[in-house]
Amino acid sequence: MTAFLARRLAQILPTLLLVSVIIFLLQQLLPGDPATVLAGEERDPEVIAQIRKQYHLDQSLPVQYLYWIKGVVTGDLGESMRLKEPVSKLVAQKFPVTLQLALMAVVISLGIGITAGVVSAVYKNTIVDYAVNIVALWGISTPNFWLGIMLISLFSVHLGWLPASGYVSPFEDFWLSMKTTIMPAFVLGNAFAAVLMRHTRSAMLQAMAADYVRTARAKGLSERVVIAKHAMRNALTPVVTLGALELGTLLSGAVLTEQVFSIPGFGKLIVDSVFNRDYAVVQGVTLITATTYILLNLLADVAYVLINPRLRG
Amino acid sequence: MRMKFGLAALLLSAMTSAAAAETTLRIGLQEDPDVLDPTLARTYVGRIVFASLCDKLFDINEKQEIIPQLALSHETSADGKTVTLKLRPGVKLHDGETMDAEAVKYSLERHLTMASSFRKAEISSIDKVEVVDATTVKLSLKNPFSPLIAQLADRAGMIVSPKAAKETGDKFGLKPVCAGPFKFVERVQQGRIVLDRFADYWNKDNVFVDRVVFRPITESTVRLANLKSGGLELIERALATDIKEIKADPKLRLATQIEMGYQGITLNVGNSDNGKNGPFGKDPRVQQALEAAIDREALNQVVYNGEALPGNQWISPKNAYYQEKFPVPKRDVAKAKQLLKDAGVTLPVVVDFMVPNGPDTRQLAEVVQAMAAEAGFDMKIRVTEFATSLNEAEAGRYHAYILAWSGRVDPDGNIYSFLSCTGPNNYAKYCKPETDATLAAARAASAPAERKAIYEKVTADALAAGGIIYLYHRPVIIAHTTKLEGYKQLPDGLIRLTGVKVLP
Repeated sequence: MTAFLARRLAQILPTLLLVSVIIFLLQQLLPGDPATVLAGEERDPEVIAQIRKQYHLDQSLPVQYLYWIKGVVTGDLGESMRLKEPVSKLVAQKFPVTLQLALMAVVISLGIGITAGVVSAVYKNTIVDYAVNIVALWGISTPNFWLGIMLISLFSVHLGWLPASGYVSPFEDFWLSMKTTIMPAFVLGNAFAAVLMRHTRSAMLQAMAADYVRTARAKGLSERVVIAKHAMRNALTPVVTLGALELGTLLSGAVLTEQVFSIPGFGKLIVDSVFNRDYAVVQGVTLITATTYILLNLLADVAYVLINPRLRG
Repeated sequence: MRMKFGLAALLLSAMTSAAAAETTLRIGLQEDPDVLDPTLARTYVGRIVFASLCDKLFDINEKQEIIPQLALSHETSADGKTVTLKLRPGVKLHDGETMDAEAVKYSLERHLTMASSFRKAEISSIDKVEVVDATTVKLSLKNPFSPLIAQLADRAGMIVSPKAAKETGDKFGLKPVCAGPFKFVERVQQGRIVLDRFADYWNKDNVFVDRVVFRPITESTVRLANLKSGGLELIERALATDIKEIKADPKLRLATQIEMGYQGITLNVGNSDNGKNGPFGKDPRVQQALEAAIDREALNQVVYNGEALPGNQWISPKNAYYQEKFPVPKRDVAKAKQLLKDAGVTLPVVVDFMVPNGPDTRQLAEVVQAMAAEAGFDMKIRVTEFATSLNEAEAGRYHAYILAWSGRVDPDGNIYSFLSCTGPNNYAKYCKPETDATLAAARAASAPAERKAIYEKVTADALAAGGIIYLYHRPVIIAHTTKLEGYKQLPDGLIRLTGVKVLP
C-alpha cells in the first residue's frame, strides 16, 4: 500500500506541471490583449505599455510562464489585473459558494433521480414508467438558462416566495441562504437528476433480474424488502459513484446557472475573467480546480484499493 | 439576572426599531465594476458607483452644463494657461480628514504620476498644481486646454484622502476613501458593493438613504425580475424591448435620457493595407454611399423601439455643439447607387463587417446589411467577441466595425481621440493635418460659440470621409419602483442619489 501511494504521489507532480503548462498555453490561445481590454475606452498607449510591463506581458511566453509558476510554487497565485485582489483571496471567497451550490444540487439530483429511477424500474412498462421517462427526458433537454428564468418569473415575480437572484452565506442567515440557493440548486440538479434516473432504472432492472433477487423472493420476503434491501443496494453503487463525479464537475462552477442567478461563485468568476482577459484569475482558478480533480481521483483510487485488494499488484 | 435579561430585551427592541427605520436602496448593475480607485478605474459601471462614493471638483446638470461640487468656482487666465479653483470650505473626507487644497493637489498629482493611471491622458495639460491657500488651488497648464474643467467633472476631478491613499498605494481601490455622500463598507466581488450614508457629508441634508447596495446582475431579464419582485429598487440599462412592460406595471417607473455618446460604424479608411486597399480606403464616396443607404429612423425603430435619437454627428442633435448646417440625412438609395457608380467600384462591394457580440449589435448589423444590400453592398457580418474585436480593429483587420462610444461632457472627448492622426481610438486611421490643427484650435479656445465655429470647419470632411458613420444616440434607460421618490436621470447615465427618498 505504501509503495502504491508513493508511486501515485510521484505521478501527481509531473501531471500537475503538465496541467499548468496546458492551462497557461490555452489561455494564450485566446485572441485579445489583456492590457487593451483592461484599458477599455481609456486607450492611452503609455498606460497600456505600463500595464504590459507591470504584468510581464511584454516578456516572452516562457518567461511569463516562469514568473507565474514561480509564484504558484511559493503559494502566490498572482493578482487580478481588473480587481487588484490576490487570486487566492478570490478563490477563498468563491469556493464556499460553489461548494454549497454543488452539494445542494447533488442532494437534489440524487433525491429525485434515485426515487424516480427505482419507481420506473419497479413499475416497468406501465403508465408510471412512461410518465417518469417523459419527465426525465424533459429534464435532460431543458436548457438551464431557460428553466432558471422561468423559475424566477414564477417563484419571484408572480408568487413572490423566493428572491430572484443573489447569494447569502448560510453563516449570515441560514434560511435566507436556503431561499437564495434553492432555485439555482434545483436548476443544476434537474438535468443531472434525469441522467441519474436513467442509470438507476437500468441498474435496478438488471438487479431485479439477478439470481439473488429471485432467491430473496423465494425466501418469501416482502416485495418492499426485496427492492429496498436487495436490489436497490446493489444497483446504487455505480449511481453513487456517478453522483460523486458530478460533484467534481459542479465544483468547477456552473457557468450558466451562476450567470442567470447572479451567484458569485467559480463559474461567474471564470466567465468574467475570460471576457476581461484577466489571465491570473483564469489560470489560478483552473489550476485549483484541476488540482482538486487530481486529488479526488487519487482518493478514489486509494479507496478502490482499500476495498478491492486485487488492485494492489 | 432577570434585570440583565430585561435590559438586553430592551436594547434589542431599540436596535430593531432603529434598524426598521433605516432605508436601504438596492441597485442592479449590468456588470461587476472594476477596481474602485478613481485613478485606476476605467469602466462605465464603475462610474455609477463612484457617483455615490467620490465627489468631484465639478458636476454636470440636466443640460450638460458644468456646476460646482467640491470646487465652488473656476477662473481661467486671459492666456488660458492658468486655472484657479476655489474650493468649498469645511468639506470632510470619509476618514474625517479635511478636503482642502492639499488634498486636491495630492489627488491631481496622483492622477498625473501614478503608474498605470488612466487619468493621466485626460489632464496631461496640467503642468503644475499649487496650493495658494486652504481653499484655493492654482493649476498651471502647458497649453490652453478648454476641456479641462469637463475632465474635472469626471473621475479626474475626484478627490481622495491623501492619508488613506498613501497608506494603501495601488490597493486604495479595495477600500476607497473619498468625499461622496456615501462611504465604503464592503465589497464581495461579483456579489455586492455596500455603501453607508456619510454623516459628515457637506450636503448631508439632501441625502435621505441610509445604505446603498449595488448588485451586479448581468442578465437584463433577471435584473428586471428582481425589480418586479421587490429584490431591487432601481436597475440600470433596462432593455428597450422591456420599456412597454415597465410602463404597464403600476409599481414601476421609467427614467430615460438620451446618452452623451453615440452608436456608430467605424470604416477602415487607412488602417493597414487591408484598409487602404479596402472598399473605404480608396474613395470616400463609398463611405457616403453606405451612409445614404442607411435609414437611421428605421434602425431606431427596430433596435431601440424608437427610444433612441437618430444622429449624424459625434454629439446628439440636442447638444449645443451640434452643427445644424449638417442635419441628419434621409435614406436615399438612388444617391447611394450613383455614388458607387461614380466611385467606379465593382458591384457588389464586399465588406468585412465586424460586429461585437451582443443582442442589439447583431440586430443593428442585420438591418444595416439588408439596407446596404439594396444599394449594392455585400456586408459580410463577422460576429466577434468584444475583446477580440478590439485587437482586430487595432490591427486593421476589418472594413466596417460596429463601435459605440459612451460619450464625454465636452465635445472634444467625442471627437479628438477618434479623428486626430495619433488618437488612440482612431481605428479608421483617418488622418488629415488640417483636421488635427482645427481640433487643437478647438481645445485652445474657451468661448463655446467660438469653439462651435471652429468645429464647423472639420464637420464637412469628418462626415464625408472621416471613417465613422454616426447612427444614433442610445437612450439611457433606468427603471425604479414607485418606492423611490425624487430620482432624476442625467444624460451621462450615472445614478445620483442626493435628493432621492425611499418610501417605506
